[in-house]
This record gives sequence, C-alpha cells and structure tokens, in this order.
Amino acid sequence: MKDTLTETPAAADTAKIATRDLQVHYGDTHALRDVDVDIPDRTVTALIGPSGCGKSTFLRCLNRMNDTIPAARVTGEIRIDGEDIHDPRIDPVQLRAKVGMVFQKPNPFPKSIRDNVAYGPRIHGLTRTRAELDEVVEKSLRRAALWDEVKDRLDALATGLSGGQQQRLCIARTIATSPEILLMDEPCSALDPIATAQIEELIDDLRSRFAVVIVTHSMQQAARVSQRTAFFHLGRMVEYGDTGALFTNPADPRTESYITGRIG
Amino acid sequence: MTATWILLILLIIAAASFFLGRARAIACAGGDSRALHSLPGHYSWATVLVTLLPALLLLALLEISAALTPAGTLAVVILALAALAWSLRRITPVFRARATVERGVLALLILAACVAIATTAGIVLSMLFETLNFFVQYDWREFFLSATWAPRFQGGSELGFLPLLWGTLYISLIALIFAVPVGLFAAIYMAEYAGRRIRAVVKPGIEILAGIPTIVYGLFALITVGPLLRDYFAQPLGLGASGSSVMTAGLVMGIMLIPFVSSLSDDIIAQVPQSLRDGSLGLGATRSETIRQVILPAALPGIVGAVLLAASRAIGETMIVVLGAGAAAKLSLNPFEAMTTITVKIVSQLTGDSDFAAPETLVAFALGLTLFAITLCLNVLALAIVRKYREQYE
Repeated sequence: MKDTLTETPAAADTAKIATRDLQVHYGDTHALRDVDVDIPDRTVTALIGPSGCGKSTFLRCLNRMNDTIPAARVTGEIRIDGEDIHDPRIDPVQLRAKVGMVFQKPNPFPKSIRDNVAYGPRIHGLTRTRAELDEVVEKSLRRAALWDEVKDRLDALATGLSGGQQQRLCIARTIATSPEILLMDEPCSALDPIATAQIEELIDDLRSRFAVVIVTHSMQQAARVSQRTAFFHLGRMVEYGDTGALFTNPADPRTESYITGRIG
Repeated sequence: MTATWILLILLIIAAASFFLGRARAIACAGGDSRALHSLPGHYSWATVLVTLLPALLLLALLEISAALTPAGTLAVVILALAALAWSLRRITPVFRARATVERGVLALLILAACVAIATTAGIVLSMLFETLNFFVQYDWREFFLSATWAPRFQGGSELGFLPLLWGTLYISLIALIFAVPVGLFAAIYMAEYAGRRIRAVVKPGIEILAGIPTIVYGLFALITVGPLLRDYFAQPLGLGASGSSVMTAGLVMGIMLIPFVSSLSDDIIAQVPQSLRDGSLGLGATRSETIRQVILPAALPGIVGAVLLAASRAIGETMIVVLGAGAAAKLSLNPFEAMTTITVKIVSQLTGDSDFAAPETLVAFALGLTLFAITLCLNVLALAIVRKYREQYE
C-alpha cells in the first residue's frame, strides 16, 4: 500500500522533473520506494530527512549518476521536460551536462582555477575561440560570486582556495556547461557559517535561471533557501509541498516528529 | 673453546635469567603480580637484556682484538653471571622493568637501521677504493671519453665506457618504450574498467611476470624472440643477420618491466579520490575523458616515479642482455645489431683468471660505481618527484 501523499501538485505538464513509481535497489537493499514527484522549474526544492532516508539516492537518479555504481538498479519513470531519461536514445553523458551536480565535499580538480571552470565547456565543445572560453569562465565565476576573489589568480591551483571558495568554484564549474537543472548534495556540510551564508545567497540567485534541487541536513537551511520541500523517511517520500506550509503545518505525523526533533 | 660454545653457554644463562627474573619479581611482590609496577614478562626480558648485553659486547671486543683465550672465555661467562646477579638484586615491586624493555626494543630497531646504512656505505667505499686504484693505472679521460672498448689481457687495452653506456641506455629505452604504455594501459583497465571478478584474475596474472627469474626471460630472448625478430624483421629489412640484438633484449626486458609499471600505477590510480571522478562524470565527461583529463594528471607524479623505478631496474639488468643482446661493445644506431651493456662487461671482466692489480679487472669497479651513480640519481629523482606532488590532492 502506498503512503498517502500530502501535496499541492504542480500541474504535471509544467513540471521540469517528474518521477512516477521510482524504485532504487542497491544490491539487496531497497533504498528508494514508490517516489512520485513533480518538481517545478525556477524553484528551489529542498529534500530533507534523516541520514539514509534515500534523499541523496533520489538526487543521483536525476542525472543518472547511479549508473556509475555497479550494484545500483533504478526502475520506474523519470521525465525531464517530458522526456524519459532512461530512454535508450538519451545519452547519459549529455544528460549530465544538462543536469549539473554539486557534491557534498568540494571537489575541484588539481588544475588551475581557469581550467576547472573551462573543463565542461571544453569537453562539450561549447566555445570556438579562446576569447569565448574566457568569457564563459568569467560569466560563470561572476554568477557563482567568486570572480572578484579570484580574477587576479585564475592560473593558480584551485586546490589552494579555501573550502567555501572551492565549493563556489564547483558551482561555477557546473554552471559553465549551461545546465537547466542544478542538483546539490549537502553543498554546505563541509563549510563554516560564513561560507554557508554566501552559498545560500548564491542558491537564491540561481533560482532565476535554474531548477535547483538541494539535499540538506539543516532544516533552517531548507526553510531559508527553498520554496518547496520534500520530506523523505526510510526510503519513501512522506510529504511534499510548499516550504512554509510544510514547516508550520505538516500534514503527516512523521514530518512533524522530524521537524520538531523527535526522529532523525 | 670456540665462540660457538661461548654463545651456547650465554644462551643457557639467558634462558635461566628469563625464569629467574620472573620468579624473583613475583617473590618480592609476595606472590601477587598485580602489586608489581610492570607485567611479569617485562621483568623476565629486562633481566635477559641486562645479563646478555655486557657479555656480548665483551665477547665482540675480544674477538676483534685477538684470538679468544681461555681467560677471555672465563671473563665473558663471569661478566654474564655478575650482570645476572646484579639485575636480580635490582628487582623490586617499584622497579620499572617496562621502561628497560622499551629502551632495549629501541636499541634493537636503531641497530637494524644502522646495518642497512652501514652496508650501503661499505659497498660504496669498497667500490671507491678499487676505482681509485683503476684510475691510478688508467687515464680517466680515456675511460669516460673514448669510444672504443677493447680489453686485452696482455696489456695495452682500450677501456672507453661510452659504447657500454650507449648500449645500456639504448636497450633500457626500448624496454621502457614497450613497457610503459602496455603497463600503464593495463593499470588503467584494472583500476577503472575491470569488474571485481576480472580484476581478481588479471592482476595476479600480470604479477606472475614479476616472479619469473630473469635467466628464464633470457632463454626466451635467445631461443624465441631473437630468431623471430631476425627472420621476420631484420633480414627482410636488410638490417642485419644477428639473432642477438638490442631490439631482442629491449623487448624481452620490456615484458619483464610490465608488472612493475602496471602494479605501481594501478595503486596510484586507485588512490585518486572518487570525488574527482564523480565531479568529472557529473559534468558530462565520458569515462575516457575523465581518465585522460582528471585522473592521469592527478596520478602523473606517481606514475613518473613508477617509470623511473622501472628504468633503474632496466639499467641494472644483466641476464636478459647477455642472452638477448650479445657481448659486442659497439656504438651503433641500428636496433637489430648486437650490443652490450655495462653490467655484462662487469661480469665478463671479473670471470676467469682475474688479476686484481690489472686495469682490465679493476675497470669493473669503475663501471660498477658509474652504474650505481646512474641508478642512484634516477632513484633520487623519482623520490623527489613523488614527494613534491604527493599532497596535491588532499
């Protein structure tokens, strides 16, 4: 039997991302069960829930990163702009350029700052001249609110930046491939409060151009940055709705227990 | 009485002191081992250490200074017994036997480290003196700059080392040109593509190559690879009719080096953090793009280190060269011609009736020292590269 899902449905035809009956198995573990969700464009959607509840797994389904784990098996339907991303005609490599991902720990490549940002545009052949590439690098760094801090040392090693700068660089690197969706897997968990505030401000900015889906352990963060929130528990999506409503007036008793700190 | 007997007696005294120390410790604690500062075992070992060390030192001194006399023997045994009595008297419940044992362990470890360093120094020094002897009799400019190697045991030899150095470097270069790409690609396959089950078969399979004695590789070069290269490449191309050639030795040595390069590179590639792979794949890079542009650059310093280690292995190799490349010292560019290396000539100058005063024999030491210097430089370079870049991703 399915859990009763309390949500204010975004009309399916306007949804950027829609999943139906999504299941994920890792070997013998059933990590994600029966997830049906419609995620709208130009919105920040937060995924919250206790550790191991399946929220990161769900995120990794959306750009088929689970394909790189041999034991993972994904069934059900995921549509982005109405297209099934498991369709054989879809190249997962192209999909990942369109659906960018920022990881929990900042993971800049051991290259220069410029080469980190230029990585995506280069492998996808997005620019034809050096000047065009420089322009993309600058624009991406500006949008990630990092340009002023690094514009004088673009050729320095990216691994020499501070943690918060590294994470913003990773966001710039992702933006540079001009994705339509940004997935963020606990992007602030390795950062101090100041860097966290900068990234949160940035996320709010990015909403004007992308659909942002962010996994977070901090309910304050979810409340601050997101417009819609989904609560996951034991591999199921328990509740999904407007952030304000979900935090002030949760419909499911499990959601209420989690946000008031009784389970987790 | 020989030293063997004294050692046996000391061993018996040591065994006795082991049990006496323990018994004494427990006795002075009134039978309750919890009242002791250290564990009963610590008292045993502390007693053994104090009993044996002075006696062994004295024995070593006597052995070095003169032949062992009966009086000397007696002195050693008496010293051991006296030390035993003293150490037993020292045992009280508050005696810190644990600290004594710790100091003993530390001394043992330092001794082991010193043995390795002293041996290296000894080797270098012995080579150095013989080399100096050689250069007294033979002009060093001739040795380093002459292009002719023609030793004659009646005297009047020409001992120019350039043809040997050329042969060594040429054969090593061919070996590396063959081994580095094959080894590296095998490592990439094993680290990035192979599933766990394939890896479990392929990795030991490649490492078997490392266990084959080099003389067996030499036989393979002599009876299989050499004639094959001669019949299908050298003769049709008009490059020579010799089965022994630089190419034969280089190829077979390359096969020998594959497991070196592959297993070191495999470990290094596996150390590149998964987060870098995720980052690259997440940006829409394919697997081979990820390997080329992220993983290999990150692993490059380690791979360079692996290649340099393989190179010093190639430079020191002897057996494959003797059987695969022949013994003719020549300066030539033709890879299908027989040539020889420094190591082979060292062996041939020292086998047979050697007159250790003649330059024809002493040249072996000069060659050996030069070889040592080359491989030492390569190793230092490899270590420096690895160390410089080790912290790049952390």
